[in-house]
Amino acid sequence: MDFRLFDLKIVEYSFFITSVVVILIGLYGALVKRSLIKVVIGLSVFDSGVNLLLISVGYLTSGTAPIYSPGLLKGMPLTLENIKKLSEGMVDPVPQALVLTAIVIGFGVTAVALSLVIRLYRHHKTLNIDEIKNLKW
Amino acid sequence: MKKVLVISLLAVFGGYLLKVLFQIDFGHQFFTNGVKDLYLVASPEKLKVANVVTAIVVNFRGFDTLGEVTVLFLATTAMASILYKGRHQLGERAVLFSGSSIVTTGSKLLFPAIILLGVYVFIHGHLTPGGGFQGGVIVATGFLLMLMAYKDYSVSHIVLSVVESLAGITFASLGLVGLINGGSFLNDFMGNGTLNALFSGGLIPIIYITVGFKVGAELTGLIYTALNEKD
Amino acid sequence: MIYYLILIIFLLLLMIGAAIYSIAQKDLLYAVIGTGLISLVLSILFLLLQAPDVALTEAAIGVALTTIVFIITIRNTVRHEDEEKNRRTLPNQTTK
Repeated sequence: MDFRLFDLKIVEYSFFITSVVVILIGLYGALVKRSLIKVVIGLSVFDSGVNLLLISVGYLTSGTAPIYSPGLLKGMPLTLENIKKLSEGMVDPVPQALVLTAIVIGFGVTAVALSLVIRLYRHHKTLNIDEIKNLKW
Repeated sequence: MKKVLVISLLAVFGGYLLKVLFQIDFGHQFFTNGVKDLYLVASPEKLKVANVVTAIVVNFRGFDTLGEVTVLFLATTAMASILYKGRHQLGERAVLFSGSSIVTTGSKLLFPAIILLGVYVFIHGHLTPGGGFQGGVIVATGFLLMLMAYKDYSVSHIVLSVVESLAGITFASLGLVGLINGGSFLNDFMGNGTLNALFSGGLIPIIYITVGFKVGAELTGLIYTALNEKD
Repeated sequence: MIYYLILIIFLLLLMIGAAIYSIAQKDLLYAVIGTGLISLVLSILFLLLQAPDVALTEAAIGVALTTIVFIITIRNTVRHEDEEKNRRTLPNQTTK
């Protein structure tokens, strides 16, 4: 896919703009909202924006996925020159491996945070941060 | 007042972030040039693994993956211990009644297919997109379907912990065998085979299969713990 | 080529819209469905950015498991963001 179709900055950089906007929306939710579940939702939205930003930094225009499948090799012998020529046209695999780790760890963080939310609700019978602060245990 | 403060702070943050990002030439510039070229060439040539992302996750950064699986195990344990209510006053299931006969029969038919898909995904992790984490999550989703459809469907915590411990011990001991044999953790001591065959890549498919069993058991236990909380 | 561009712009706008919806919605159950929509759109975008491994992970974890854990939490606690509405509509949640 060639994103330089219209020669416009806004089309070319729409991935970056979208991910920054999603990051800002998530941070706003985590900072302003008073309900604890809404805070966790804001953190999850923030996570999605960071993942999109990392993947789009590693993109190569009209590149292929970093998999040496039989359809890509087309029966050519597996010499060093062929591999180097194929690897010129592949997207960056390092951010993909990092984001793969980050998604799984993000799920673990969300699960532990939500179990803490359930425990706080059992203790205080409310989820509003201001009321929990006023109760003083 | 607080909202105005937060919005102005976020505007400054976003402005600086976009100013930095607009200097990147999108689609034409990389930041990991040396590392990327090494991985993309060494993965099919030396390791004979078709999927480069799998080669990075399991072989080049395999110790990191062991830490990641440990973090998932700690999350499961922490969730169970935070929600603990005492052995004799366990809450009832959050699923209060069974589904209709269409739902129960359909999920009974779908359950083996979902498990088979998950096992396929983590056995073929070095050839096609997918791997241990994705396959394990698909297996856990199959158990979630059964737990939601039936009122009194239960999985045994003992079996889950045995499967999980065996998978973790296998992962760590394969790494230690490599340490004794070749001088570094997870050093490959098996033959590599040919590219794009099912039995290729040395240790990588075996380790991804153990990761798949471990992640599946951990996430099934996590879902079961969370569904049992109804007070 | 132009269809790809239109599809990508539509998906990006849908993602921003779902993010705003899931932060602004007062009913927490609808907000959680909004985060599931974000993950679904994100996995399609990963596929278009040539990252099929990450797309599969996001589709399995973000769409299915995170949504389920959020819904279980809402079932065990409260459904609305305002405390008044919780007391008015769900009296049996606070009795036990």
